[in-house]
Amino acid sequence: MNGEDLARDKAAVTGVGCTGFSRDSGVSVDALALQASLLAIRDAGLEPSDIDGVLTYGVGDAAAVRDISQALGLESVNWYCDVFGGGSYSCATVAQAAMAIATGLCRHVLVYRALNGRSGRRLGRTALGGGDAGPPRVPGPGQFSVPFGMSGPVQQYGLLARRHMIEFGTTTEHFGQVAVTLRGNAVLNPRAIMRDPITLEDHQASRWIAEPLRLLDCCQETDAGCAIVLSRADAARDRPHPPVYLSSFALGGSGPASQPLDKYPDFTRLFPAHIGPGLFGRAGLSVSDIDVAALYDAFTFLVIAQLEDFGFCGKGEGGPFVAGGGIAREGAIPVGTNGGLLSEGYVHGLNNLLEAVEQLRGNAGERQIEGAETALATGWGANVGSALVLRR
Amino acid sequence: MAYDKPLPVPTREDRPFWEAAREHRFVLPRCRECGHVWFPPYESCQRCLSFEREWFEASERGVVWGYTLMQQPYVPGYRDELPYNVVLVELEEGPMVYSNLVGVPDDEIRPGLAVEAVFEDVTEEFTLIRFRRAEEPSGRDRT
Repeated sequence: MNGEDLARDKAAVTGVGCTGFSRDSGVSVDALALQASLLAIRDAGLEPSDIDGVLTYGVGDAAAVRDISQALGLESVNWYCDVFGGGSYSCATVAQAAMAIATGLCRHVLVYRALNGRSGRRLGRTALGGGDAGPPRVPGPGQFSVPFGMSGPVQQYGLLARRHMIEFGTTTEHFGQVAVTLRGNAVLNPRAIMRDPITLEDHQASRWIAEPLRLLDCCQETDAGCAIVLSRADAARDRPHPPVYLSSFALGGSGPASQPLDKYPDFTRLFPAHIGPGLFGRAGLSVSDIDVAALYDAFTFLVIAQLEDFGFCGKGEGGPFVAGGGIAREGAIPVGTNGGLLSEGYVHGLNNLLEAVEQLRGNAGERQIEGAETALATGWGANVGSALVLRR
Repeated sequence: MAYDKPLPVPTREDRPFWEAAREHRFVLPRCRECGHVWFPPYESCQRCLSFEREWFEASERGVVWGYTLMQQPYVPGYRDELPYNVVLVELEEGPMVYSNLVGVPDDEIRPGLAVEAVFEDVTEEFTLIRFRRAEEPSGRDRT
């Protein structure tokens, strides 16, 4: 039983909204969440009072569901949740909204993520525990990593990226090709924080952060809010925009969400290898049917790893695949058409999902991939990730 | 100068590990029911879910699984160490641990390098377990 008929296409994205992306929003996280939420609700042709479910996720900076629900004037909601977690839950939180709809509890569910990721609490310095100023004392699992100078995601993924280089011959130039390609996409995106084109030479000249990852291998710390409205399929068809259906969703990886201390040794099977077959199977599609991919790209290496483990290319072939133009707009699978987290901005992955929706609506302006009918959106953190298959 | 790098906050489930480290012993949790060895030291077996946990003296040996060279001062107290390595060591007993290699030039760090534990008394209260190149090749050196 893979549940394919229980949730497939039962919910559809009817509204999307986001604030401007900046390094210093000048407003509170709650204000960002509220602005994005109102934009998404109006984009769906709805009023706040139509919303009967509210979800968010986050670590570090976050706006609580109770506060945003109250600010929206919601008198009651049928399902709500603050998911504690980062990038791995961007798509999983939307999947939870789909489940609330598929079970009949909710009709229109709001999902948002807002953070002052640059001017507020900087994620890269807090994800493994401790406070902003840095912990003299580290509780929890971080006590087995932070005392050794391990600060967070950039080192975790730097470690994996180095292993990939040794195992498969991947090079920092391959990582650079991801950065250059996505920056080229951001040039077409008025919303993107980084819109000046870069070259491979620029990438190679950028400073090391955690070798083998350079500055231009890292996403943009961003202040912004993003939101979507997910609606029951029968309530999605008479809205201002064509519905974008959730054909399937998945959350998983090698074990539960945890520090990758004892869970990462199976480097040959990262999270997409665990969830990919079920994800595509429940959607009634194969990986080759996907037209655009909004892959979670907190660091360039993550794109290469996901291309391989979802099966867009063979294991170990991600670097050459990217260098050969595989992820370009005209390539086999366009990735990060908004510029991604690398160049548009980092709203914990939710902004990439917004781009997937706009592509399937045919509403992406200069960035539009002609004829895009299906999309893959993903989120990833440590040894788990989540993903959605969407269709117009 | 006082030690200014991050230190652990031991809890009931992992205090025996830190207390042993202070005595320059490297202990790991093992399941009395199924023999599985895991780390970090959660209270229950990560394979069979038993709470019958025992501590045993580990071999103190392993191989480097992966490494990164940190070039930015994100972690308090580490500014003067830049660049410094962080490694994942695959212990002979199976689990992986984060640590640092000492006495190995950056360009000689590689997966499969056989290493052994060294105990560094960073404060009166805490000893961190770091690793150096093993004096004799480990049976599991898989270069």
